[in-house]
Amino acid sequence: MAEAAIKLGGKKKSIFMDKVKEILPQGNLSLCLTCGLCSSGCPATGLESMDPRKFLRMVALGMDDEILASDWPWCCTMCQRCVRVCPMQIDIPQLIFNIRKARPREDRPKGIRDSCDAAMKTETLSAMGTSVEDFIFVVEDVLEEYQESQPEFADMQAPIDKKGAEFFLNQNSREPVTEPDEMVPLWKILHLAGADWTYGSKAWTGENYCLFIADTDNWEKITRAQAAMTTELGCKTYLNTE
Amino acid sequence: MKPSSDWNKDLGIKFTMQDPCQIVRKSFGDPIAEDLRYALKAVVGEENFIDMQPNKSNNYCCGGGGGFLQSGMKEHRLTYGKIKDDQIQATGAPYVVAGCHNCHAQIHELSEHYGGHYKVIHFWTILALSLGVLGPNEREYLGDDLKEVDVFHPESAL
Repeated sequence: MAEAAIKLGGKKKSIFMDKVKEILPQGNLSLCLTCGLCSSGCPATGLESMDPRKFLRMVALGMDDEILASDWPWCCTMCQRCVRVCPMQIDIPQLIFNIRKARPREDRPKGIRDSCDAAMKTETLSAMGTSVEDFIFVVEDVLEEYQESQPEFADMQAPIDKKGAEFFLNQNSREPVTEPDEMVPLWKILHLAGADWTYGSKAWTGENYCLFIADTDNWEKITRAQAAMTTELGCKTYLNTE
Repeated sequence: MKPSSDWNKDLGIKFTMQDPCQIVRKSFGDPIAEDLRYALKAVVGEENFIDMQPNKSNNYCCGGGGGFLQSGMKEHRLTYGKIKDDQIQATGAPYVVAGCHNCHAQIHELSEHYGGHYKVIHFWTILALSLGVLGPNEREYLGDDLKEVDVFHPESAL
């Protein structure tokens, strides 16, 4: 049995499509050739009965209510594989991001929102809520342990707030919080390579969930704080860890 | 600092590599994917590297990005990752090197969920092993086949 046809209102509603034209350089979604390359190469095709081509058509047709009600924008990882293969280079991920943003913040996925909120509560910006003191304690404690148990690395350092270091190294919260020994191989490699690096006591976090929850204000705050800490220490390079 | 792949000459343990979307397709493109392969091959041996198909800028996202891991949509996320799991299992490699925390967590879960039983490791782990400085407590993600290989200060095991 075919599903009932979707009726498009004869009168133009407040259409997301118009907003898209302002925010996207390739904002004219009518450029879409409906070739389906995006959908055939997208791992999210089929989830929530949606795929990139269908989603784009719905936006182009002004089906704003249906688009905003769909959870599919949270199944899209914005990986950009669709843009890579699109003959018209339509930026679907950017569209997805703006649709995430168009949903009231309290209706966006709680898990991502909580991680963003946790980061904004501490100067470290850690999504796991790690404090400045806890981070310093863990790093110093682990370093000392390895300097003693592996004497070849007695001189190894894991500097925090070292002024003028070449590299500002960020750190995903997972290691210091749940598996601190995993920080050590990287320290050893940097030590053997003679790299001049430092962590920051503040803004050392590698993660930024405010980006994923489409909270642009806090996303920017985190990024600016990371840049400010790097500048304050006089580091030349911001180094993103694995 | 010269890494060596001698440790893997007789073992012949195979490795594949995830090309994280954020690092490769979205930021630095194929050149960094080539660099990652150059480094990994130097560490595990050219003959022990098996690429996924497709790869580099054409690689599939694993499903760990964009906040998917925290979105609470676990079933969808695992369904999304089926392509990635198929890609990995097709290589037959027991180890996946993932230079991204989101990829690492997602692929780890895919391995358990779909029963592939491949391991996901950070590049720093295998580089430190090849340099002969990987201690016994720094092997969280290594399988039993690599827990005892070239252990630095084995007496410090906890």
